Amino acid sequence: MEGDIVQMGAYIGAGLACMGMGGAAVGVGSIVGNYLSGALRNPSAASGQTAMLFIGIAFSEAFGIFSFLVALLLMFAV
Amino acid sequence: MAAEEQSEGLQFHPMEQFTLEPLFGDGPIHWYTPTNATLWMGIAILVIVLLLVIGTRRRAIVPNRTQSIGELAYGFIYTMVEDVAGKEGVKYFPYIMTLFMFIVTANFLGLIPLSFSTTSHIAVTVVMALLVFVTVTLIGFFKHGIGFLKLFWVSSAPLALRPVLAVIELISYFVRPVSHSIRLAGNVMAGHAVIEVFATFGAILAIAPLSLIGIVAMFGMDVLVAFVQAYVFTILTCVYLKDALHPAH
Amino acid sequence: MATSTSEAAAEAGHAAEKAGMPQLDFATFPNQIFWLLVTLVVIYFILSRFALPRIASVLAERQGTITGDLAMAEELKQKALEAEEAYNRALAEARAEAQKIVAENKARMQTELDAAIAKADAEIAAKLAESEAAIAEIRKGAVKAVKQVATETAKEVVKVLGFKPDPKLITKAVTERLKGRAQ
Repeated sequence: MEGDIVQMGAYIGAGLACMGMGGAAVGVGSIVGNYLSGALRNPSAASGQTAMLFIGIAFSEAFGIFSFLVALLLMFAV
Repeated sequence: MAAEEQSEGLQFHPMEQFTLEPLFGDGPIHWYTPTNATLWMGIAILVIVLLLVIGTRRRAIVPNRTQSIGELAYGFIYTMVEDVAGKEGVKYFPYIMTLFMFIVTANFLGLIPLSFSTTSHIAVTVVMALLVFVTVTLIGFFKHGIGFLKLFWVSSAPLALRPVLAVIELISYFVRPVSHSIRLAGNVMAGHAVIEVFATFGAILAIAPLSLIGIVAMFGMDVLVAFVQAYVFTILTCVYLKDALHPAH
Repeated sequence: MATSTSEAAAEAGHAAEKAGMPQLDFATFPNQIFWLLVTLVVIYFILSRFALPRIASVLAERQGTITGDLAMAEELKQKALEAEEAYNRALAEARAEAQKIVAENKARMQTELDAAIAKADAEIAAKLAESEAAIAEIRKGAVKAVKQVATETAKEVVKVLGFKPDPKLITKAVTERLKGRAQ
């Protein structure tokens, strides 16, 4: 056996942190899906809300990126 | 510390591409040392000059391709500032245009193989986010004085809830530069790291075609991300600017 | 995490990876921040001094050109409409004139025709009266001649029969006979 128990913990933690990205995926999917269904109901109002769509996606995606960052930190920096 | 599987032959170095190296020699990196980051920032300046200054030098009424791109970028950011931040925000348009042009060029330049993406470094994005944060806060206090604090006092909420909401708003206000910067750096870094990981799998002959497809797909995704993140950074800057110009909820 | 002894040899060869994430290598932060600020200031200077005013002026110029062209097009359209209106007016006038001339001609022709017809009628009437008179005269002459011839004939017949003709009686008989025939 190589390595030590801390490193094992770090790797397991990195894997667990990656699960957070699934949450971000669900969030982004929900935002885009709701935007689409709203846009299909009222297409004339859709173009004015693309900025809000991107802001929402960015906020939601940020948390996925955070979890990815935590995984990277555990893998390479701890 | 991923370099442990040396005995197995497969070595993952997804973060190696972000390493800063001095351009000349092999000395330590002082604050003035020209590094590869300096080089690619300089190239970004060059591209912006080519696009917005050299491209528009003919001042044609009917634009050619380069001038069209420059005008498109100008119109894109100008309408964004005007729509989101309002008429008063137009005064800060060159500032926002600078941020957008730098981020979008640096992101796209970072997609060139063997290049260095400056926007993947938290140091870079944190400085930009802090610039926005500090500027916007100063603008808010200069414009409205103590009235700027109304931003945290949600007048549409019930009175009992307002102190709680004020605390939450205050925290979210100070988290802004963190998420603002880490979002950009994280997205760019993640895209490049994943491409690197796929590329490492290419060393195994059996799954090399699969990894090639993966690289192509991720690259396409990264092209999208490169633009969308620049857009998001800029539009969030506009939103923060709007909050400073019109703090009342 | 501290470098473990088993990895020391491996990491010695990879000096660059010692930091793990290069993003968190704080030794490079001043360098990046310095060059970033230089870059941003340079870009800001270039944009605010050269690029943005130029693009703004080009866009404004184009907007002006487009507006001017649109105004000119509008003016030309107005002119075309006016020309068409004038043409239509002239056409209508010409048509009215033609109508008038036609009506005038028709009226004149009618009057001339009427006059001609009246004249012809009058002539015809005159000729008719003349011929009637001639006919009447002829008839009168004819009746006289018939009377004379009949009287002469009757005289001769009476003479041939051996009687002495009585002119007065014969004339009376002829006149009576002719009168009866005439009725």
